[in-house]
Amino acid sequence: MSDKILMKGNEVLGEAAIIAGCRYYFGYPITPQNEVPAYMARRLPQVDGTFLQAESEIAAINMVFGASAAGARVMTSSSSPGISLKQEGISYLSGARLPAVVVNMMRGGPGLGNIAGAQGDYYQATRGGGNGDYRTVALAPATVQEIADLTIKSFDIADKYRVVVMLMGDGFLGQMAEGVSLPEPSNQKFDKPWALSGAEGREPNIVASLRLNPEDALEKLNDELQATYTQIEENETMSESYMTDDADYLLVAYGMSSRICRSALRALRKEGVKVGLFRPITLWPFPEKELQKAAEGKQKVLTVEMSAGQMLEDVKLSLNGTADIDFYGRTAGMLPDIDEIVRRVKNYGK
Amino acid sequence: MESKGAQFEYIYEKPESLREVKTHYCPGCGHGIVHKLIAESMDELEIQDKTILVAPVGCSVLAYNYIDADGCEAAHGRAPAVATGLKRVHPDKVVISYQGDGDLLAIGTAETIHAANRGENITVIFVNNAIYGMTGGQMAPTTMDKQVTKTTPYGRDTSDVGFPIRACEMLATLERPVFIERTSVHDVKNIRKAKKAIKKALQNQAEGKGYSFVEVLSMCPTNWGVDSQTAVAFVKDTMAPYYPLGNFRDR
Ligand SMILES: Cc1ncc(C[n+]2csc(CCOP(=O)(O)OP(=O)(O)O)c2C)c(N)n1
Ligand code: SF4
Repeated sequence: MSDKILMKGNEVLGEAAIIAGCRYYFGYPITPQNEVPAYMARRLPQVDGTFLQAESEIAAINMVFGASAAGARVMTSSSSPGISLKQEGISYLSGARLPAVVVNMMRGGPGLGNIAGAQGDYYQATRGGGNGDYRTVALAPATVQEIADLTIKSFDIADKYRVVVMLMGDGFLGQMAEGVSLPEPSNQKFDKPWALSGAEGREPNIVASLRLNPEDALEKLNDELQATYTQIEENETMSESYMTDDADYLLVAYGMSSRICRSALRALRKEGVKVGLFRPITLWPFPEKELQKAAEGKQKVLTVEMSAGQMLEDVKLSLNGTADIDFYGRTAGMLPDIDEIVRRVKNYGK
Repeated sequence: MESKGAQFEYIYEKPESLREVKTHYCPGCGHGIVHKLIAESMDELEIQDKTILVAPVGCSVLAYNYIDADGCEAAHGRAPAVATGLKRVHPDKVVISYQGDGDLLAIGTAETIHAANRGENITVIFVNNAIYGMTGGQMAPTTMDKQVTKTTPYGRDTSDVGFPIRACEMLATLERPVFIERTSVHDVKNIRKAKKAIKKALQNQAEGKGYSFVEVLSMCPTNWGVDSQTAVAFVKDTMAPYYPLGNFRDR
């Protein structure tokens, strides 16, 4: 670990990708993540990498497809409307079993919405915005340091399972500057015997999602994908439980909203209200068992999001009627109010 | 010709770079001819084990089952972007983007123009058959004036949907492409010219010269609803006058 330096989330993301061995970046400008392409445009040539500003997000994700098929570590980043355009490509990447890291610094929606931070793309990331039975791993950092650490991890997960990993930040987190120790590379090596490089000295490789025979080809691919997803659920689920053991009430939040919940928690604890915080770090796979454990015996579970209640569905599915669940959310780039969280939790005791 | 018992000499062989498989293309289809020309050029340039073929979405979606080399899928219209990604990682390999007219000039127009404008060192082979073959014969951006298709049952009405787009002429407005040529596979003479152009386009790439584009006017008897002979005549008499054959750039 290096000494702490002050960096913006979006820039740390770029540097961590380079540390992870990513030498290819394709993207199209959109606020609030423009610091990422700007950083990559400056840094990648210094490390013999390739930065290319694509003609659209659609082109960018398909350039990612090509570079990944060629065996390279590759990343693209965007924000909500741009991520919508990448969905077809993400489905193709998943079907062709190509690893890639796709960053979404979410902004207010729907449509053009606004350029402030939001968490309205949870469904899109965890349910799959493209066609077919596929999943993307979705990682949700809450600090600039965690952006750095999870970026390294994203590339390893993508390569290990041959899947698309989405890094789910938001406009506030991406543009926030915090002290960060740049991470070390993981140095994990992944063989890619399937990659395309010209068939010199071997049989030709084909990279494709097309499987015309439904029985023994397409369904087999889907079965393989599902088996991979089960492995990911077993091995890669991440979450944080904070002061949950003695708590009467549980807050559930990820990313930026979890920081707000932490402040609310501190204020409540000062007043003697026993409240804990459960923070999913992987949105998919959702930390179901961990949440069940954290929510055990709690009088109330309050889910807080910068959306109209999307993760709320996973909280409900995980707890499956075993807990009393409340929801508080703000949309459109508005932040949940600490006082409102405090007020609600205090009210539960009355 | 020598007498009985003499050794026969092969004067024609299947190219090495073409797989020994049955074709799925219709009788009289141009795609198979174009595949063969690419394979012959790969043999002659000795680039079979350096080549990565990007197949489009269209009738030639399985092109990698015919060309015996590394093969890559691309979503409909995105082959030039996929080829860009491949080429940027492997600048020393030969990357071919093989595309139909719907793929290249409708859904993928942006990718087509910008890969050409960047001067990506790739080879684009554009099979213009004036129709959407794979989906059963709908209007393409290159469908001829008054041509009847599934979605122009009264004939293409240029006052409603515009005129067929000329890809070579459009790309020739850009600075970076080094080679742009329109060819046809409707007769032997033109097949030979098409071969020469395709080989040149691949050679340019192997020599690091830059973006090369070869359009090939081609037959789709099935979706034009005609026999093979009539299809050949349609290319010669209707398409070729509107899409002039020849070279538009050779640097
Ligand atoms: C996003 C998307 N839209 C539509 C289709 C359906 N589709 C498949 S091939 C095709 C057109 C193919 O026509 P062309 O590119 O001219 O190639 P041809 O089949 O004539 O060789 C279309 C519209 C698709 N596969 N994907
Ligand atoms: S439908 Fe047309 S383009 Fe497709 S294989 Fe048949 S003849 Fe060829």
